[in-house]
Amino acid sequence: MVTFLTDAYSVLWADLSFTKRRWLRTLLVSLVGPVLYLIAFGYGLGRGINVQNGNYLDFVIPGIIALTAMTSSYNGAGTKLNVSRRFYKTFDEFLMSPISHTALIIGKSLIGVIRGLISAIAFLIIAFILSHTLLISPLFVVTLLISCFTFAFLGVLAALLANSYEDMGNFTTFIILPMTFLGGTFFSVSGLPIVLRVILYVLPLTHSSVCLRAEALGQPFPWISLLALIGFGLAFFLGSSIRLRKLSV
Amino acid sequence: MIVTAKLSKTYGAIQAVDNLDLEVRKGEVFGFLGPNGAGKTTTIRILTCLTLASSGHARINGLDITGKALEVKKIIGVVQQTLSLDRELTVRENMELHARLHHLTGSERQKRIDELLDYVELTGHAGRLVDELSGGMRRRVMIARALIHHPRILFLDEPTVGLDAQTRRKLWDLIRQLNSNGTTVFLTTHYIEEAEALCSRIGIIDHGRMITAGKPHDLCRNLGTIAIEQYTDDGHTSYRYFPDKRMASDYMQSMPGNGARFILRNTNLEDVFIELTGRKVGGD
Repeated sequence: MVTFLTDAYSVLWADLSFTKRRWLRTLLVSLVGPVLYLIAFGYGLGRGINVQNGNYLDFVIPGIIALTAMTSSYNGAGTKLNVSRRFYKTFDEFLMSPISHTALIIGKSLIGVIRGLISAIAFLIIAFILSHTLLISPLFVVTLLISCFTFAFLGVLAALLANSYEDMGNFTTFIILPMTFLGGTFFSVSGLPIVLRVILYVLPLTHSSVCLRAEALGQPFPWISLLALIGFGLAFFLGSSIRLRKLSV
Repeated sequence: MIVTAKLSKTYGAIQAVDNLDLEVRKGEVFGFLGPNGAGKTTTIRILTCLTLASSGHARINGLDITGKALEVKKIIGVVQQTLSLDRELTVRENMELHARLHHLTGSERQKRIDELLDYVELTGHAGRLVDELSGGMRRRVMIARALIHHPRILFLDEPTVGLDAQTRRKLWDLIRQLNSNGTTVFLTTHYIEEAEALCSRIGIIDHGRMITAGKPHDLCRNLGTIAIEQYTDDGHTSYRYFPDKRMASDYMQSMPGNGARFILRNTNLEDVFIELTGRKVGGD
């Protein structure tokens, strides 16, 4: 177990060394999207709209936190891994090292988790200035952490599946972009027709948004959605393991 | 040290490695030659646990490369053909990552990195980003990195490609020093003079199959130790090989004086290579 943790940290160490050198740029880039969504949807479109007996700004902020966690974790883990695997060939160094595939996947995911958490917390600080009704409980933090792991694993899986930089872009377009707008960030999924609701619950971001929103607004916590989110995370992790086993010894 | 039996790898309809039988002995520098696309890099990728073989077996130091992959990875060092350093990390960070992945402790890491940077004459460049280094320096970093964990077998896939003559010779010295310290070296190269300068044995692969293996001198002797290059007026060159100078001279004297020019010389590995594969080294 100690060796496993040391190996995972060794993999993370390289990404951390790189990130530490450009942390401010990385943080600012990860906040551009969420802040624009906040201004456009929270203030622009949503001003004066009431949702679930509250104002739209309070409604949309937890969704944008989930969205921020998703994009930062996914990109943080996936983009660099894709470049390292397909372009720089540095991923081969990890594959030729005496570490387990599990430690490698966890290590490569952890940089996504860290970047997802930092971006989400930075956005949360901005959000606190605008909304004073958000409740940040330990369950909220745990859900955020699970969301970051889930989407970091998705990033790793996408990077391992992609055979080119273009493939990675296509994955983002067909998987991440639809989730951004349909994953319960900007509207309530519960009011939709059953067929559409079922489709949207197939998206992991929907469960992340629903859980974070319920906890932040003091509503009953949707434990089934949390389990579904964990299930997605495990599925992405297993998918990555299977893919890695096919790629190397 | 390295033994393969009927090792094969297919990519769709392409047979990259075809029933390859190979033996590399402990302490030798084994040169693995072949034209482009012959299967050299695929073989190295299989032996270094980067690619799964489609069939057949391979053992390194008695360890099966699929069943004991983690053990195999502990005793091999690899310098790939392509630059595989993280360009956004410094030289020292690249080496430290490798040392961490091979479980060296903090003090061992620093000591070994300092030692190796000194060995490859890059001590003054430890803090520079890899992106800022010249091609020769990057190659030397890759070799230093591959040595961090004291590998018993070093795989060098075209280690001097793209380097100037001076840097190439420095690397040759480095490879000789490593070998004299007991490291077994498995080397692929396009430079025939490199194989002649470094390798104690040579294997020639073509279309994924090993077509011959042996000491350079024996391979040349099998072909004929003396070569005659015959140039004709129409720009054509033909080659003939003879067991000794006397037979070669007899041949030249027996030829009619039709304007052809002859060069008599010792047979070299390139002759062996071209005779066996029908292609120039590095040609398609």
